[in-house]
Amino acid sequence: MTALAPDEWQALALSLRVGLLSVIGALPFALGLAWLLSRKRFPGRLLLEALLFLPLILPPVVTGYALLALFGTHGPLGRALDSIGIVVAFRWTGAVIAAAVMGFPLLVLSIRVAFDNVDRRLEAAAETLGAGAWRRFTTIVLPLSLRGIAAGCVLAFARAFGEFGATISFVSNIPGETRTLPIAIYELLNTPGGMPGVHRLAIVSLIVAFAAAAGAAVIAAGAPWRRSHRD
Amino acid sequence: MIELSLCHAYADLALDLAFRSDARTLALFGDSGAGKTSVLNAIAGLLTPQSGRIALDGECLIDTAQGICVPVAQRRIGYVFQDGRLFAHLNVRRNLLYGTDARNPQSGIEFATIVDLLELNSLLERRPLTLSGGERQRVAIGRALLSHPRALLLDEPLTGLHAQARKQVLDYLRRLKRELRVFTVLVTHQADEVGALADEVVRLSAGRIVRQMPIAQFVARRVASAASSRSESG
Repeated sequence: MTALAPDEWQALALSLRVGLLSVIGALPFALGLAWLLSRKRFPGRLLLEALLFLPLILPPVVTGYALLALFGTHGPLGRALDSIGIVVAFRWTGAVIAAAVMGFPLLVLSIRVAFDNVDRRLEAAAETLGAGAWRRFTTIVLPLSLRGIAAGCVLAFARAFGEFGATISFVSNIPGETRTLPIAIYELLNTPGGMPGVHRLAIVSLIVAFAAAAGAAVIAAGAPWRRSHRD
Repeated sequence: MIELSLCHAYADLALDLAFRSDARTLALFGDSGAGKTSVLNAIAGLLTPQSGRIALDGECLIDTAQGICVPVAQRRIGYVFQDGRLFAHLNVRRNLLYGTDARNPQSGIEFATIVDLLELNSLLERRPLTLSGGERQRVAIGRALLSHPRALLLDEPLTGLHAQARKQVLDYLRRLKRELRVFTVLVTHQADEVGALADEVVRLSAGRIVRQMPIAQFVARRVASAASSRSESG
């Protein structure tokens, strides 16, 4: 296998950047929503859960179209962002939004399960010790959920790294701007003589996927405080 | 001084009780399911009774008639749970300081005092899962005391410990009672724990008070009851 061509490096770098930034950007919202779903009962909760699942169920192309309708230059959010000089449609920032939206349900679900698994009696103990809601969240719930949060980040990153349908619908295929790794592979598949490039990028995808899976396995291996030295 | 009246119905138990006590250590004594832990939870604020009033040293913690309910975190109640409930991700030192950090008290029992009294010095850097049952309970007691409490609640603190650890923790509790002046409510179904620690006893059965008595009377009744059983069997 020969080395990656410059435009292939560009696609890889863009995919890594989009994957990382989409997780970083979505994480605070995912933490908030997961906490809400795990700890609170409120009207409309079921509807919110159904909405959360939508990106997993809808064809990605439809999600991309919906993003274009919202964030395009004629969309309500697109116009608002445009008025402060921010354009996301057909830009790499739009690819980050598309990847974040597609990975968001996986991120929220992983974190929510982690929050659900935190022993509420520990939170009650912290409360009797004078800890308010924010302190209980940051000192008890978050540290005890770290594995679930990290696993969710890995899953969301993997989903974002492989994102294709919503991205190509929302931000198209612009070399150097929105051509992510999966889009580059698709482009090469449709280009005469592009198969060597497809093979190279497929191997790169495999390496990144393996690294993400290995990361998830390390996380699942457990935190040091879970190891007991005595009964 | 504690003044308590509360009514609360569960599916299988109806709590309906009222008492007041000036004792430094008050024992809630009774069989499992009598409602003892529910009373502790109501004092700590972890249970909101359907109706009732609880006041400590004249300060109202809850009064359902007047719509008063002090939040749990602001009640300054040190609660030692039956299962310890130490934070597994924090070492013993961080566990002990958790309440101190949360409340940031300007006065109160000092860290060094508690570490000395409960002999925790060698445990400070260890994780809770590496401790024995007795060590865990000592840390839980220390953590509760360091949260600057106006009252200490002990929920069956010796249950589940083997005989040697039980004796050891009991000795520490006696020492704390002697050296620190913290109002304590002890929940237990073991008469010897009541005799060793309490000044006054409230005996509960099926959510109601059977009898409230000073410790001397409780001990005398136990002695008489034991003598009567011996003469019947002999």
